[in-house]
Amino acid sequence: MSRGPLSLILALAVCLVVSLFGENFIASKFAYYYDILITIGINIILATSLNLVNGYTGQFSLGHAGFMAIGAYASASWSNHLDPIILGMLGGPGNPLATNIGLFVSMLFAGILAAIAGFGVGVPSLRLKGDYLAIVTLGFGEIIRVAILNTDFLGASRGLSVIGSYTNLFWTYGSVVLCIYVVLGLVHSTYGRGFVTVRDDEVAAEAMGINTTKYKVLAFVVASFFAGIAGALYAHFKAFITPEGFNFFRSVDVVVIVILGGMGSTVGVTVAAVLLTILPEALRALAHTQFVPPAYQGLLENRLILYSLLLIVLMLTRPQGLFGDRGASRKRLSRSRGD
Amino acid sequence: MDRLIEILQQLVNGVSLGSIYALIALGYTMVYGVLRFINFAHGDIYMLGAYAGYLLAPLFAHIFKFGEFDTFTPENTLFILAGAGLIMILSMAICAVIGVLIERIAYRPLRERPRLNVLITAIGVSLFLQNMTQYRLGANPKAFPQLIPVHVVEGLGNLTVLTSQLAIIISTVILLIVLRFIVMKTKIGLAMRALSLNPTACSIMGVNNDVVISFTFALGSALAAAAGILVSMDSPSINPLMGNLPGIKAFVAAVLGGIGNISGAALGGLIIGILETLVIAIGFPQWRDGIAFAVLIVILLFKPTGILGRVEREKV
Amino acid sequence: MDSLLKLHDCTIRFGGLTAVASFSMEICKRELVGLIGPNGAGKTTVFNMVTGVYRPTEGDVFLAGERLNGLKPYAITGKGIARTFQNIRLFNSLTVFDNVRAAFNLHVKHGPSHALTRGKAFLKEESDIEKRTLELLKIFNLDRLREAMCKSLPYGDQRRLEIVRALATQPKLLLLDEPAAGMTPTEKSNLMRLIEFVQETFDISVLLVEHDMRVVMGICKRIYVLDHGVKIAEGPPEKIRKDPKVIEAYLGETEVEDKR
Repeated sequence: MSRGPLSLILALAVCLVVSLFGENFIASKFAYYYDILITIGINIILATSLNLVNGYTGQFSLGHAGFMAIGAYASASWSNHLDPIILGMLGGPGNPLATNIGLFVSMLFAGILAAIAGFGVGVPSLRLKGDYLAIVTLGFGEIIRVAILNTDFLGASRGLSVIGSYTNLFWTYGSVVLCIYVVLGLVHSTYGRGFVTVRDDEVAAEAMGINTTKYKVLAFVVASFFAGIAGALYAHFKAFITPEGFNFFRSVDVVVIVILGGMGSTVGVTVAAVLLTILPEALRALAHTQFVPPAYQGLLENRLILYSLLLIVLMLTRPQGLFGDRGASRKRLSRSRGD
Repeated sequence: MDRLIEILQQLVNGVSLGSIYALIALGYTMVYGVLRFINFAHGDIYMLGAYAGYLLAPLFAHIFKFGEFDTFTPENTLFILAGAGLIMILSMAICAVIGVLIERIAYRPLRERPRLNVLITAIGVSLFLQNMTQYRLGANPKAFPQLIPVHVVEGLGNLTVLTSQLAIIISTVILLIVLRFIVMKTKIGLAMRALSLNPTACSIMGVNNDVVISFTFALGSALAAAAGILVSMDSPSINPLMGNLPGIKAFVAAVLGGIGNISGAALGGLIIGILETLVIAIGFPQWRDGIAFAVLIVILLFKPTGILGRVEREKV
Repeated sequence: MDSLLKLHDCTIRFGGLTAVASFSMEICKRELVGLIGPNGAGKTTVFNMVTGVYRPTEGDVFLAGERLNGLKPYAITGKGIARTFQNIRLFNSLTVFDNVRAAFNLHVKHGPSHALTRGKAFLKEESDIEKRTLELLKIFNLDRLREAMCKSLPYGDQRRLEIVRALATQPKLLLLDEPAAGMTPTEKSNLMRLIEFVQETFDISVLLVEHDMRVVMGICKRIYVLDHGVKIAEGPPEKIRKDPKVIEAYLGETEVEDKR
């Protein structure tokens, strides 16, 4: 980690090379897997950013999908209205450099807008504790969704088409690399220690001179920024977005990944994101083999039933998730209640 | 005069809607009172109550001739009410059992753990109930059988009150009276109140906390089931996700009234119901769901203890 | 003697209940002062008032002449007042080392962006903090335990760690909330020596809230006595020991029961 920015640039370079040479090959020959790869990337960004808030800082946010929605719709609007101008300036839609720059600017806009929203939601909400914070963030997520639903120039319930689908492996995994870099960079610093003290004992943290609100808001804003980025990637991948795609269940999806991975372990959450993206697909494939009696096929295909059982079983048996004993996560969920 | 009728009309609509929210809100508030925990899955008990009625009614259709009466007459009223009442009571009983089972299996093992765990479990239970229902009974809306004839009540002039709305309001009043009796005048009600104030002292005094908690879940679930039946009489389309929005709104109602406070839950439910009706009446029906969230955020930011709630300080 | 902490006629009311009434107190630089009183006297309330958890309903709190009323706890720590807790509140996910290191946060100069660019200034500040944490731990013989999880430490060491953590914030005044609670007589003697050591080595003032009379009388230069929220006595240990009001406050209930 002390190698710092150098390792970041290196990783980004690798992504670029893979994308430049492998993109078209993978996209055409392995289209199904290409889609899954992009989805994995988006889920990793969502989960590792949420982990900063829910895992390291111990604040239970249930509204992540709302910030993803802001990012998605912001970047979609930006691309739809401003891309023709930008592309015009840079050499037209056929020019790959131009389309990539267009996407980059659109993503940046999405992230910044989502971050601002994160600040607006975070500052008043983060003084609430536990259950109340969860409900308020859920409420904000829903308000954002309802607001989009009622906004005509964003397509309302009809949905919004996005011009061109520019998302590619470089932007997706480049963002993944950046997100993980930022999260780990903050975690392995005074800020990371600050986050964990807020999680462990807010009163004691305040007594040690730590401005807990500042740390909570910082985690929240950074997480919202990347949720926005993920939303932008998603919008430019699917080329069509609706408010329903960013509802409470979407937030729960991400929360499940964070819990499975072990709140407070970035590695664990990344692995969990990969697992939980692949799992529904694997189960769907399994359901159609001869090992599974037809009566149970539907059950395996129903992602939400399995998720819900997973949540319940996890909480009862291994609340610290897969990787919950490593690093800064340390048995937070499984120790008995002393306070 | 027209203005007055108009206002009265909206009031009736609002109280009818609010009664449903109140019944559900009571479950949230009672469970929070004894366990300091928000039962995320409570809204889905309301849904299960409706589905229980949907599944039970055909079994008794012959005996009680559901759907065969067009209007209430002095001769058939008692008979109709008996039939509807039976379905409601059966549904309440079934959901009471479900509520107790959920507490036993999913929540009780986590009682000593941080509250975050059980909140996540509750989300899991909620998702499970919704999706299992969807899986077994289909995601499409189903038509709830007609338990009582639904028509405008005679003799109220220009006021349009449906029999179903009247049924909701009267049933809610009766249920509230019964609840008050249980909480204030029975031993177990006393135990519930004591438990919400000091669980440790309770068990020291020989109260079996587990039994009281189970009873609280049973009570709350029964009320939610009643709400499910009542709302389905008024609006006969049921679907597996029908508990989501009313559940959240009822939760807001409970917080508005002061979470943990039974009168507060009823009051909060009425206020939310009336507010929602007003929002529709003044011409913004698309914001009817948003108003509850707006109220939630305002409350939590300015007066988190609600209208009738108590402040609980953390001891340092 | 220079005045450091000054409470001027402080009153705290919660609703209709007056927890502390017109309490005045002064602590000078390098003084070891005690605050005692029977259970429920209001000691912890005074404590919380000084550290900013409660805001005085009336009266003022001054630190080196600066008014502290209404400041948030973390800001008051920033001004130079640190505290420990009655029931030890360590950061359980963090190691011994990190517990202390976290308390240096408030003096950190760099922002989040520096954590990301990992420039020279950032790295230097981080290694400075590491060095100072290690030094602090060494002074109290905790450096060999620095990678241990604090929950695994014996009780006495946990108490010590909490004090070390508080010292990391570089306070001018250290507040100790019943540090001897749950200790054996030997541990208490060690604690007394520790507190005196801290006070001398770090050149700070200490306010000690404590039940154990031997500890308080043993190390405090001056003692304030609270009963039912009101100051009933003030002075050096010899004077307090013989003060009839103090004796009555502590023993009075027993006498009433005997008469029955």
